[in-house]
Amino acid sequence: MTRPGDDLGSAAAELNAPLPRHAAGKPSALRIIWIYPDLLSTYGDRGNLIMLTRRAALRGLAVQPIGINSDQPVPRQGDVYLLGGGEDLPQVLAARRLRADGGLAAVAASGAVIFAVCAGYQLVGEVFGGAQGEPVQGLGLLDIRSGRGDRRGVGEVVADVDPALEVDRLTGFENHQGVTSLGSGAKPLAKVVLGVGNGDGTGTEGAYAGRILGTYLHGPALVRNPSLADLLLTWVAGPLAPLPEAAEVWTTRLRTERLAAVSA
Amino acid sequence: MSKLPIRARVATTIGGAAGKMSRLAGRGDGSVIGGVVGLRMAPDLLKQLALGRQIVMVTGTNGKTTTTRLVTAAMGSLGQEVATNAFGANMESGLVSALSGAPDAPYAVLEVDERHLPALIKVTNPRVVVLLNLSRDQMDRAAEIWLIARRWREAFAQAPQLRVVANADDPLVAWSAGSAGQATWVAAGQRWQEDSWCCPDCGSHLRRDELGWRCGECTLSRPSARWVLDGDKVIDSAGTVRELSLALPGRANRSNAVMALAVASLFGADVDQALPELRKVTSVAGRYTSVQRRERTLRLLLAKNPAGWLEAFDVLEPDQPLLLAVNAQGPDGRDTSWLWDVDYRVLAGRRVLVTGERKIDLAVRLEADAVPFELVDDVDAAVDAVPPGHLDVIANYTAFQQIRATVGRSA
Repeated sequence: MTRPGDDLGSAAAELNAPLPRHAAGKPSALRIIWIYPDLLSTYGDRGNLIMLTRRAALRGLAVQPIGINSDQPVPRQGDVYLLGGGEDLPQVLAARRLRADGGLAAVAASGAVIFAVCAGYQLVGEVFGGAQGEPVQGLGLLDIRSGRGDRRGVGEVVADVDPALEVDRLTGFENHQGVTSLGSGAKPLAKVVLGVGNGDGTGTEGAYAGRILGTYLHGPALVRNPSLADLLLTWVAGPLAPLPEAAEVWTTRLRTERLAAVSA
Repeated sequence: MSKLPIRARVATTIGGAAGKMSRLAGRGDGSVIGGVVGLRMAPDLLKQLALGRQIVMVTGTNGKTTTTRLVTAAMGSLGQEVATNAFGANMESGLVSALSGAPDAPYAVLEVDERHLPALIKVTNPRVVVLLNLSRDQMDRAAEIWLIARRWREAFAQAPQLRVVANADDPLVAWSAGSAGQATWVAAGQRWQEDSWCCPDCGSHLRRDELGWRCGECTLSRPSARWVLDGDKVIDSAGTVRELSLALPGRANRSNAVMALAVASLFGADVDQALPELRKVTSVAGRYTSVQRRERTLRLLLAKNPAGWLEAFDVLEPDQPLLLAVNAQGPDGRDTSWLWDVDYRVLAGRRVLVTGERKIDLAVRLEADAVPFELVDDVDAAVDAVPPGHLDVIANYTAFQQIRATVGRSA
């Protein structure tokens, strides 16, 4: 029997050979924890794990990708934690389990990187809208509050990232009915150029505070946004060398194509 | 046809003429436009056309068109005419077109879009509904799949006379079918399990072992099956074991065939007579068909979502070149995120060519899985790039239609 977390696929298997200690000088490989692929994996969320693993490995960093299902405890020794998208009921269930587990709150307090998309973004906040739009208590790791809007935002997104983060223009796809407003403890990740984003009338998309970063760009958001992937890696591994051009050819072409397609 | 009210009769005649004109104009097979015209003239036309017939509906995420064809073939062994929408036109207008094209057929086998099933059950009062599977598909426009399962469940609860023939191995399907008044369970297998890790009833983690699946918290578990797919064999409700030996390739089609036999036997068909009819099916609406193109034999496989791609990889010719084609038009879903749910590493070691409007998305995906690939402009460029011989082609919906338009609708 294979379970979603067992075989983390792709780059992971072959790029996972023992390599020198990574730049932060930690004694073991970079641990990337994919939280609850059994509940929060609806739109190719695996892509974020694959891209982080690939971009770290291409720089000679040892990486250990780990999938944690909802019947397992959240490990406290991870470096990066990924939360993906999910349907209404699994989202509520994931929030309940993660609150009871307490692991994510503990690692957030000790400075781990948390990257959360779509349903995962909502549930790291204070509150989000459940299956009937009723308020559901989130994890309270990010100072945002989400509810349910009148209509679903579906389509391509373009957004310009907070210059302080030094990340290229975001390109992605959104599919959500959430409306998210930020409290004083969180900053907008980006300004929407095209699409809905947070949908609260501020024209913003996503939010971040410290090393916790969330976005409505769903699924494999890091695939089209390699500089965002590198930002997350930098937070745990320190400054990164640029990748050789050959390793960026296809992602660069994809970014160029998608940005051109929506501006046409 | 004489039993139809005059307005419905006129509507089917004019609708039929519109379909014929559409076909002559080369705009598809005409099965949708004919129905649309007819419905505009008589909005309750489908209800009128369904009256007095024994109707089987076939639905699910994957395998609808093929299973509809197989059920129709199996029912054919009863020796009576069977109306069917053979070209995948699976909403109201397509059903109208199918039924008005065979006004005297006592049986109808109708492929139905999974989102339209509840409404179409109310209108046509089917005897049997076949439930194949549910998995993620075209997420940017479809309702979430759990919602679909819940609507099915409500629809079955309101139609106690209806019998479901349902895949017991798919937890979402089994849960939705649990409200039906009568059920025939089929152990048809479930290759793609990424959308059923949670109990559809209580949300807890599902446990799986060789006996199937069960919820760790509540009482929901895999129903025991009357029909079983076991490798290439079918075990019927009396325990008789037969080799399927289909012409259609792959595990998914063996599973579809077992569903078809279970349905046909409900109507009194003899398995020994129905099975040979299934073996005669070699291609379905152009799928699995082999076409010749410049000394190459192209085999066309349609796969629209991660579960479909997994099943398509299953039937590839060993060591032969493969063309992958991906579009993201409306009918495909405009979001290509699903490409990241497919594991491409099984393709390593064979020659892989990539085309389609979103070929760069696929290129990035294959690079991440360390599968070498070549970009080509279209199917003919792929044909020219490979040596004479076999070329497998996997394409999603509109990419498949484009390729068929190029290489010919010879199926």
